[in-house]
Amino acid sequence: MNKPILPLIACSFLLFATTACNANNYPVKEVSSGIFYHQGVHEDPLESNMGAIANVGFIIGEQCVAVIDSGGSYLEGEYLRKAVKKQTDLPICYVINTHAHPDHIFGNAAFKQDNPDFIGHEKLPAAMVARKDFFAKTFKEILGKAFPGTEFIPPNITVSIDSPLTIDLGNRLLTLTAYSTSHTDHDLTVLDNNTNTLWTGDLLFMERIPALDGSINGWITTMEKLQQIPFSAVIPGHGEASTDKWQQGLVAQLHYFRLIRDEIRVIINDMGTIEQASKQVGLDEENNWELFQDYHRRNITASFVQLEWE
Amino acid sequence: MFKRISKALLAVVGFGFTSMSLTVNAATPAEPLWPTLKTVYFGDRSIREDATDLLTIEAPKRAEDAAIVPISIKSLVPQSSDKYIKNIHIIVDNNPEPYSANFRLSPELGLVDISTRMRVDQYTFVRAIAEMNDDSLHMVSRFVKASGGCSAPAGKDAAAALARLGKMQIRMRKPTIGEPTQAQVIVSHPNYNGLQFDQKSRLYIAAHYIKNIDVSYNGTALINVDTGISVSEDPSLRFTFTPSEAGKLKAIVTDSKEQKFTHEKQI
Repeated sequence: MNKPILPLIACSFLLFATTACNANNYPVKEVSSGIFYHQGVHEDPLESNMGAIANVGFIIGEQCVAVIDSGGSYLEGEYLRKAVKKQTDLPICYVINTHAHPDHIFGNAAFKQDNPDFIGHEKLPAAMVARKDFFAKTFKEILGKAFPGTEFIPPNITVSIDSPLTIDLGNRLLTLTAYSTSHTDHDLTVLDNNTNTLWTGDLLFMERIPALDGSINGWITTMEKLQQIPFSAVIPGHGEASTDKWQQGLVAQLHYFRLIRDEIRVIINDMGTIEQASKQVGLDEENNWELFQDYHRRNITASFVQLEWE
Repeated sequence: MFKRISKALLAVVGFGFTSMSLTVNAATPAEPLWPTLKTVYFGDRSIREDATDLLTIEAPKRAEDAAIVPISIKSLVPQSSDKYIKNIHIIVDNNPEPYSANFRLSPELGLVDISTRMRVDQYTFVRAIAEMNDDSLHMVSRFVKASGGCSAPAGKDAAAALARLGKMQIRMRKPTIGEPTQAQVIVSHPNYNGLQFDQKSRLYIAAHYIKNIDVSYNGTALINVDTGISVSEDPSLRFTFTPSEAGKLKAIVTDSKEQKFTHEKQI
């Protein structure tokens, strides 16, 4: 009778040990005073990376902590919460979601116990509902053990386009800005007024190929606007946060989208097809981006059907 | 016909899922559905499989964008008045509504070369079944892998699609009379499949989709296609036809609320 139990105990012990080990391997980096982020890996979400592919983090004020994007799984949310607790005993008052993609919202449920306000773009709730069933089904398989506990928690406070919201963490004001359709139709950025540090969400990808789930023209316009603002530091949605590299990142991303837009327009005007564009457009960009093969053709497809309506 | 089929399908597939869940790995629901679907849509009629001598189907191996998967079908035998494909049925096995389109084709088309864009949200077979004028059925199929990452079959900017609802285009290169000409009809429409959510009313938006596209040349029918919620937002229909004389290419689009949108192009 005892025999089958022994391996079980060993297994759960091992599991526990692995988890503890992973928690120590969840480093956060201080970008500006009181602003920490964990840099996601440039991989597709997998059980082995627990979906931790996006940059997520937190800002500590004198009274409160705001978490910005909660992680790509419930498990990552737990790690992020532990990382917050390591830095401060202050309560987590806000969980801000920059948009509805799984790598940015799947950790929300790990913060339920803190009873925070969840904040997002006014179109975030609709975007969550529209994708919920599909994401739940797909990511349950992809994320395996990292998934259980994951919930879609919509914001209880929303931010309207052209009407930024300011929240106070205690002598630390954050300005939350909602954008018209860019990377998605519900992008939100967070600006820390004290340090002039911008959290871009997925409006900026560094190193990793950007993925279009919104409007190519809208995103280009938004990037052009962001380029005009002299932020002291920028935390992109993916890739390294920096004080001095983000401008180059924006230039590279703008270049990519302008290039594919130009080439797709030519194909559309000649009655070309999506398949043709996928085979021809933007191939020179391959060496400039991580995961190019995984998302480039998709960007072409999404852009093509939009540019048909110019 | 579309509605009737859907209801019957719900009953049969519902049963199918329940019984299958006992034996079939959830990750690969693809193959086992077909026998059930075949019975629902075609009864006991026989279908010749791998009819690659008659027609070809092209679809990407992987659905790059789950909301927009281009599907092309070409016939290898020209349409003639005594032997022609009168219908092409498109079945996407694992979509919420597998019966995705029914193209009624005229012998006037000359050559069948049609393409459209579908929503494909999981690993699935996409099938084209040609129904000849002698009522025989011939099938070709392709397996499409689901997209990875954050691509969902949801629309990217429903507000934009709604704002230009009903706007239409007929696109083509400068045609030559007597030569095969490629044309594309696109209509802007959110093609709501009933899974979208309205934030203001906090209710799901009822399915609202294009149900028929009718294309004629000088009053003669070329293609008439029943469509549904498997078709992408802003439905697109590409086809080849040969204008035998100067005239008018006309497209009439009808949606599920019986709104009609019309566009024509003089050739």
